[in-house]
Amino acid sequence: MAQEQKQPKKSSETEESVETAPETDVNERREALDSDVDDILDEIDDVLETNAEDFVKSFIQKGGQ
Amino acid sequence: MSVRRVMGTEVEYGISVAGQPQANPMVASSQVVNAYATSTLKARRARWDFEEESPLRDARGFDMSRQVADPSQLTDEDLGLANVILTNGARLYVDHAHPEFSCPEVTNPLDAVRWDKAGEQVMLDASRAAARLPGNPQIHLYKNNTDNKGVSYGAHENYLMRRSTAFADIVKHLIPFFVSRQVFAGAGRVGIGQERPKHGFQISQRADFFEVEVGLETTLKRPIINTRDEPHADPEKYRRLHVILGDANLAEVSTYLKVGSTSLVLAMIEDGYITRDLSVDGPVSALRAVSHDPTLKTLITLKDGRKLTGVQLQMEYLDLAKKFVEERYGSDADYQTKNVLERWESVLDRLERDPMECATELDWVAKYKLLLGYRDRDSLEWDDPKLHLIDLQYADIRPEKGLYQRLVRSGRIERLLTDDLVEKAMHEPPTDTRAYFRGRCLEKYSENVAAASWDSVIFDLPGRESLQRVPTIDPLRGTKKHVGGLLDSSETALDLFNRLTGS
Repeated sequence: MAQEQKQPKKSSETEESVETAPETDVNERREALDSDVDDILDEIDDVLETNAEDFVKSFIQKGGQ
Repeated sequence: MSVRRVMGTEVEYGISVAGQPQANPMVASSQVVNAYATSTLKARRARWDFEEESPLRDARGFDMSRQVADPSQLTDEDLGLANVILTNGARLYVDHAHPEFSCPEVTNPLDAVRWDKAGEQVMLDASRAAARLPGNPQIHLYKNNTDNKGVSYGAHENYLMRRSTAFADIVKHLIPFFVSRQVFAGAGRVGIGQERPKHGFQISQRADFFEVEVGLETTLKRPIINTRDEPHADPEKYRRLHVILGDANLAEVSTYLKVGSTSLVLAMIEDGYITRDLSVDGPVSALRAVSHDPTLKTLITLKDGRKLTGVQLQMEYLDLAKKFVEERYGSDADYQTKNVLERWESVLDRLERDPMECATELDWVAKYKLLLGYRDRDSLEWDDPKLHLIDLQYADIRPEKGLYQRLVRSGRIERLLTDDLVEKAMHEPPTDTRAYFRGRCLEKYSENVAAASWDSVIFDLPGRESLQRVPTIDPLRGTKKHVGGLLDSSETALDLFNRLTGS
C-alpha cells in the first residue's frame, strides 16, 4: 500500500532529531502563517461587501443541473 | 494510456442582479450571453444545432421516454434562450437559470484548465458588457455551486472513453474514486446540508446534493455516476462520461489535478488494470462524511471491511496509477502524465500530514484558511453571515471583489498559466481537436455559418438553396494539422466547402 511505503525509516541515530526538529519547524511555520493570515485579512476587509447579512440573504438562485 | 484524452469542462455560474434579489435569472442570464455575443461576434450569429443531441439516452442501454423525463432533462429542445458559439470553439448559453460556459474539446489537463479559466474571463467580459447597455442592471457572476438555500447548480466534466469498456466497470471503479477525489478537488463550503444548512464548514460544495449512486438525472436525485449516453462522437467507438459531482474550481491546481487524476483512473479502467476492489460501503453517505470533515481524519468503510480516510483511498488509486504508468511507459511517459502523478502524490502526502500545507494550491484549503483567520481574529461562529459572505465572495469572478482573485494577486495561490495564455484562449480554439475547425470557421466565415454544434458546422452558402452540413464526428479530426492549411488558403466559405467535399 502507498501509505506503508511512505513511513519514514527510523534508525536509532536519527530518532532524536526526528523528535525535536519538527517541533521548531511547526512553530516557525505557524508564526509565518499567522502573520500572513493577518495581512490577507486586513487586505480583504477592504473589499468585503458592507452588509454581510443582507448580501448573503439576497443571493438566491434558481435550480441548475 | 496517459492523462491525455478528449475532455472538457462546463460551468454554470451563479448569478445575481445588484439590489434585485427577485430578478428573473433567465432574463439576467440571457442579458449576459447576448451582451457578450453582440460585443464580440462580428456578424451573423450561428445557431446551436440540436439535431444530434440525445439527452435521454442511457448508458445502461435504453432511452428514457420524453413523457417521464423532467422538463429540465430535455436539453435538446431549442427554447429560444441565448446560445452562441465562440471563436475559441466554446458554447456560451443559458442553461436553466444560469449562464453556462462549455469549454471546447481539449486533449490534456493543462488545456482543460486553460479553457476553463478562459470561461471565467468570458463571463467577466459578458457581465461587464451587459452592464454597459442602457437600462441594464449590474449583474454579478459567481463560480460556485450553491446558494446555501437549497439550490445547487453544476460544474460538469466530460471525458471521452472507449465504448468497449463495460459500463459496470466504470461504475464500480469510479464511485470510490469520486467519493474521495474531493479531498483535493473540493471548492469548500460554509454550511452543511441542502435546504436549511447546519452551521459548519465542509470540503465540497456539491456533496450534500447527491442522493443516488447511478442515474440519468442531473437536477433531481443527483447520481454519483451519471449515465447520460450522448457521445457527440462515433457511438460505436466512444462514450462520453459525463461527470456531474465535481465542484466549480477556481484554483488552477485543483482543476488540473481533478481532471488529470480522473483521466488516469479512466485509462486504468479502460485497460482493465484495476483488479483491487475498492468499493465503499454506502457511497452516498461516505461522500458526505468525507466532505464534512476538513481534518480529513474520518474513516470510511470499504466493502472488504477495511477502514480508510478519503486521502488514503486516493493513495490507493495513486499507487495503482504510478504502477500503471511505469509498466506502460516507464520513463517515456509524457510530461503532463508524470507531472500529474507527482503533484497528486505531493498533495496527498501533505493533506495527510496537515491540510493547511496545501493552502496555496487547493480551493477548499485556501478558503478554509481565510475563514479560520476570521474566526480567530473576530471570534466568529460558523453561523456568522460574514463567514457565509466570504464563502460567496471567494467565487465572485470580478478581480476587484473576488477573494480568490485577491489571493492570486498577492501571490498566495499558485498558478499554472499566465494571463496571456488565458486571454488568448478566450478567442482562439485548441489546435489539436475539432474545436479548431469549429472556432476558425466562426472566426473566418461567420457570415456563412448558420449553425454549429459539437459534431457539425452548418454553412449557408451563396447559390445553394439548402444549408450544407459538415459533420465533425471525430473529435481528433479538424485539427490545425489536419485542416489548418485548408482554412488558411480558403478565401471564402464556399472555397472551403468545395475543397472539403471535393466539388
